[in-house]
Amino acid sequence: MVYLDANATTAVDPRVVDKMLPLFTETYGNPSSKHGFGEAAGAALRRAREQVRALLGAEQAAEIVFNSGGTEGANAAIMSALEASPRRREIIISAVEHPAVLALCAWLEKNKGIRIHVIPVDREGWLDLAAYKAALSERVAVVSIMWANNETGVIFPVPELAEQAKEFGALFHTDAVQAVGKLPIDLKATEIDMLSLSGHKFHAPKGVGALYLRSSVRFKPQLKGGHQERGRRPGTENMPGIVGLGAAAELAAAHMDDENVRVRALRDRLEQGILAEVGQCVAVGAGAERLPNTSTIAFSFIEGESIVLLLDRAGIAVSMGSACSVGSFEPSHVLTAMHVAKEAVRGAVRFSLSRDTTEADIDRAIAAVPPIVAKLRAISPFGSQEGAPQALDQAHV
Amino acid sequence: MPTMQHDAFGEHFANPRNVGVLAQANAVGSVGTMGWGDAVKLMLQIDPATDRIEQARFQTFGCSSAIASSSAITELITGKTTDEALEITAADVVDFLGGLPAERMYCSVMTYEAVQNAIADYRRHGAPAPAADSATICKCFGVTEAMAARTIRINHLTDPHQVTFHTKAGGGCFGCYKQVETVLARVNAEMVAEGNLAPRQAYRPGSVPPSSEALKPRGDAPPPLGSGARANIPSHIAIPPRPAPTSAAPRPVLPPSENRDRGTPEQFELIKQAVEALRPHLQRDGGDCELVDVDGNTIYLRLSGNCVDCQLASVTLSGVQAQLAEKLQRVVRVVPVS
Ligand SMILES: Cc1ncc(COP(=O)(O)O)c(C=O)c1O
Ligand code: FES
Repeated sequence: MVYLDANATTAVDPRVVDKMLPLFTETYGNPSSKHGFGEAAGAALRRAREQVRALLGAEQAAEIVFNSGGTEGANAAIMSALEASPRRREIIISAVEHPAVLALCAWLEKNKGIRIHVIPVDREGWLDLAAYKAALSERVAVVSIMWANNETGVIFPVPELAEQAKEFGALFHTDAVQAVGKLPIDLKATEIDMLSLSGHKFHAPKGVGALYLRSSVRFKPQLKGGHQERGRRPGTENMPGIVGLGAAAELAAAHMDDENVRVRALRDRLEQGILAEVGQCVAVGAGAERLPNTSTIAFSFIEGESIVLLLDRAGIAVSMGSACSVGSFEPSHVLTAMHVAKEAVRGAVRFSLSRDTTEADIDRAIAAVPPIVAKLRAISPFGSQEGAPQALDQAHV
Repeated sequence: MPTMQHDAFGEHFANPRNVGVLAQANAVGSVGTMGWGDAVKLMLQIDPATDRIEQARFQTFGCSSAIASSSAITELITGKTTDEALEITAADVVDFLGGLPAERMYCSVMTYEAVQNAIADYRRHGAPAPAADSATICKCFGVTEAMAARTIRINHLTDPHQVTFHTKAGGGCFGCYKQVETVLARVNAEMVAEGNLAPRQAYRPGSVPPSSEALKPRGDAPPPLGSGARANIPSHIAIPPRPAPTSAAPRPVLPPSENRDRGTPEQFELIKQAVEALRPHLQRDGGDCELVDVDGNTIYLRLSGNCVDCQLASVTLSGVQAQLAEKLQRVVRVVPVS
């Protein structure tokens, strides 16, 4: 199988597994304990915190709070910000946030009366900066804008957005789940207050992540309990996971530049190879600044789930740009917000690479896609062989 | 035998039978649009002497279940008389494939409807198709009341979510949930009276809550409303004003005043009150709206302030439409006028 779904998750690096294994059966102590077992675990915890600090370019290791991943980080950041400044009752997000942010904000709007500003993006995926400026005010408690989009890889100018938020005294959180490990990040040179990351997107295990909290930020813990993570995230630490996260952070930092050059070349070759072989398809967000590993291609006149399932049968694992909804697959909110053409938006497929991706993987994918698209187009009643595509909105095909 | 079942589905998805255009077709049935997410075009060659389906071909846009169901239906109806073919149900398609995911049942219903349409087409001898068989209850997916009712009856549905899985009605903006409940309760009551359903199984409106509304992707509403820009976010979420107005689509024109059906004064008053109740919502976002007139189920509104040039005017409109529909307990269409 060729795995081209790294934005969904990655394989744990074997070097990371090696670092984790002793934590299960040898250094299994509780870092809060005062004996030797506890001390060994405590040392491992400190090392991991330092490794994550270094990857993020944070000032102090104490600014890193380990948790269970991106969803928890985003929820904690936003809920804490609202609690810390009760007189500010507005939030700014982008239209293309992950459900970790979007669903929380929809809930806050509905149940807590918080006003949510949703900043649109254009066809390429660029954020509407004028709308962002217009939404900022002293009423905004927190801005939460992702660093890189999981579906398209489009990168937002987060450091700049954070500076603008500061002028209004609003806290700034970024969901950097897709950016960490892929983009160089130097938090101390920015005004970013909070950042969420998730280990499984960069070869650490699932279910472990971290929330960066700038030391100046007043944080209101959402879990109440013991003193772990200085009370900011109580509960006995997931030690094997945290050690894995630290090791993966160190590997990511060490290999980022080389890997990005290689992965970007592979991604470009894949994208250009498919676009050249298959007509009537577009690379979504290719005109914007993008992560080096992500390519979403929208194929006209066919439907994403069928493409993904046929590719799976051909030994290529990718994901679709649609969400399973009641009764049908609906185009994702990201592609809809980008106004991807109607005849193509349901045929979007995401290819996402990692440092595990090889030249041979890309060759196989380039060979597999065109016949599958051709096969589905032969089945489709739209864009028929007889020339002009038919009117897509009409009730009858 | 789960593996066998899986194979039938996989086989008909990966190697569908009878794909393509049937040039000599004398019966064609289409269901769905690209905007709704699935569409099937079924083409039949029927022998007028024997009334038998000699050949069936299809073209389908949709997910694996839609393709497999289309392939299955062509296999099931080939060689049958038109009367026999009309009796083949969505459940037969599902059985033939060894099962479909619950939320994909619509795909089998779609192929059933395509057969019904194709044979109706054949029996009309080329006369144009009559207008839709009844009122549309779900605008997102163009589901008529009659289609929902027969799907409920044939497939013995007793839960609104099942109706959504089978027809898609209620799977988009949720605006039609009440209508789905109403049709379901009515048809279930009829089924009880006919002795086809135990009274305790019949659906009572309000007994099953709608699924969470947050972040439901919405289907494309057929009429082009507003500016055409649309983002898939909850309609109740505020969008900041755009710096520059986006090019507005031509607005539909109002029919001449004497031709408008305003309903009874009480009904008109009800609509007026419902619109009034919505205004604070829009005003909070720097917009406003005003009732211009009513014509049957169409409510003409004038949007002002931020609502007009808001990039999400169409989302706002469908939100307003859903809320009005809910307040008035019937299907309405909101049309902006300037
Ligand atoms: C952009 C983004 N944010 C948040 C998440 C959620 O992270 P987790 O799975 O660690 O909760 C994901 C993972 O899919 C993501 O891609
Ligand atoms: S889901 Fe039925 S009207 Fe929107």
